[in-house]
Amino acid sequence: MLRLDGVSKIYRVGAFGGRELRAVSGVSFDVNPGEVVSLIGESGSGKSTLGRMVLRLTPASEGTITFDGTDVSAIRSRKAYYRQVQGVFQDPFSCYNPVFKADRVFAMIKQEYFPEMGRAEWRDRVESSLDGVRLDPGQVLGKYPHQLSGGQLQRMLIARALMLDIRLLVADEIISMLDASTRIDVLNLLGDLRARGLGILFVTHDLSLGNYVSDRTVVLRRGRIAEMGPTDRVFGNPLHPYTRTLLDSVPRLHTKWADEEPAAGQTPCPFHDRAPDTPVRSDLAEAEKEHYVACAGSGACPAAKETA
Amino acid sequence: MSLTVTDLRVHYRTLRGEVKALDGVSFTVADGEIMGLAGESGSGKSTLGKSLIRLDGRMRHVGGTVELDGVELPVGDSAAMDRFRFSEVSVIPQYSMSALNPTRKIGKMVAELLASRGERLDPAELERRLELVGLSRDVLGRYPIELSGGMKQRVVMVVSTLLNPSLLIADEVTSALDVSSQKAVARTLLGLRDTGLVTSMIVVTHDISLVYQIADTIMVMYAGRLAEKAPADVIVTEPRHPYTRLLISSLPEVGVRQADKRLSGIPGSPPSLLDPPEGCRFRDRCPLAFDRCAEQPPFTEVAPGHSVACWKAA
Repeated sequence: MLRLDGVSKIYRVGAFGGRELRAVSGVSFDVNPGEVVSLIGESGSGKSTLGRMVLRLTPASEGTITFDGTDVSAIRSRKAYYRQVQGVFQDPFSCYNPVFKADRVFAMIKQEYFPEMGRAEWRDRVESSLDGVRLDPGQVLGKYPHQLSGGQLQRMLIARALMLDIRLLVADEIISMLDASTRIDVLNLLGDLRARGLGILFVTHDLSLGNYVSDRTVVLRRGRIAEMGPTDRVFGNPLHPYTRTLLDSVPRLHTKWADEEPAAGQTPCPFHDRAPDTPVRSDLAEAEKEHYVACAGSGACPAAKETA
Repeated sequence: MSLTVTDLRVHYRTLRGEVKALDGVSFTVADGEIMGLAGESGSGKSTLGKSLIRLDGRMRHVGGTVELDGVELPVGDSAAMDRFRFSEVSVIPQYSMSALNPTRKIGKMVAELLASRGERLDPAELERRLELVGLSRDVLGRYPIELSGGMKQRVVMVVSTLLNPSLLIADEVTSALDVSSQKAVARTLLGLRDTGLVTSMIVVTHDISLVYQIADTIMVMYAGRLAEKAPADVIVTEPRHPYTRLLISSLPEVGVRQADKRLSGIPGSPPSLLDPPEGCRFRDRCPLAFDRCAEQPPFTEVAPGHSVACWKAA
């Protein structure tokens, strides 16, 4: 459904834009209907930039992003695209205008996309959409943003996106501002939406959240894919040293961090020291079925040719 | 006993009345103890952390005492507290990124800060401490903008502990960091205690799994009151308070997948602290609630070092 092919984003930096910063380079993956793909990376890994490019909030510098076979940058009508693809972002509080009631976000959807729909019919639609995100319409409609909790606001934004019968949802760090006792409900909601056939691109820095909900995982490092594949294989058998470091750093309940830091010695590079007959797709080696891994990177691999 | 807090009450002044953010909190922190202070937003954990060092303009000390190493801290009197700040009680603030003066090189800023307190520090000692947190001496010649978030966080840690405080309050120090820097910063906290630079520590956080990695004990707060305090292992494996139990069981861990095991959150939301209900404040969300919960349960010790505020736990 959504396919990214060799997507890069280059920002011009420096006083006169004389230098280049590659925020994302050569990223390819796809998202199918009824699938949650989590995009995991630390700050500066380019994960949010990718989400923004998919949402057409910023153009890709190289490569193509296609939705159902059509290049998204060539789609004339943004409105038609946003009927099918919507985003929800990290900070629910700043998505609302505090001067207006929170349900204005629904009214704006009606104005823009369904101006001819009758009032009663629209009301039913709003209520069923709120029901879908397990909010009680009586509790949230007619309230101001400050009267609602972060979890409620975030779920209203998801409900808003669902009003449009979307097929792809870009969820950029939607959980990180929520409290522990409510974040799991939003996460479960994503799982339920997947069951209805929605494709979800779940951008997060939290490995345990990505692991909980996603079917496939893409680990980004400095704008490149370090490792990607089915979630159970990426987490069960991490091949890239970076993925391993990340997994080791995640604080867990019931297990404390190992005392010994892993030895910094030379470990085999998962790309250059691959088994002889491993299939290769551009700069990723397919170590297991559908489980791709990149070169360990400069510093860890002598054969690395990483551009700065 | 290093720190003894007795029935501390701190309220916020708002136009609509007083918000009882901290409503009768009593606990102790022993010498050498790292206590994790966990809770959701609005539970009063940051208010507690702040009130041990500096009440901001909206906060009012309503009652209760704080005693550190046998001396009572004048928490309600900002001017009198000045004698204790930095030297006896120190804080690593939540946004260390913005705690450093952007117009000064780190080295100069540290020197000025110490001079303002009439202290001097051997440069070799400063370098030793930077090394302890994994920074090279070069950072002293750099501006804050030249450092990454994790590095700035660690610079602030060194600065906060220069005078070997008896109590260090670390307020959400890892929340804004990536997982790998989180680990480094958390380990640094542990190092500060292990080398004796800081006697005891309160680590305020919303992330129980992180604080479990370094804390000796964990105290859980809910709606301005204490819910449970116990050794870290006990909180995670055998929590007694229904809130702690639900909170722990709602955390997704690496390895837990929705398809295998569906976790659930806690229904409902915490009560407003403007006019909190009588009795146990978790009552409305609690699956075990019964008639007696209309009466406030005392925070009592149910096992050595394990205190709980719940009628069903005793």
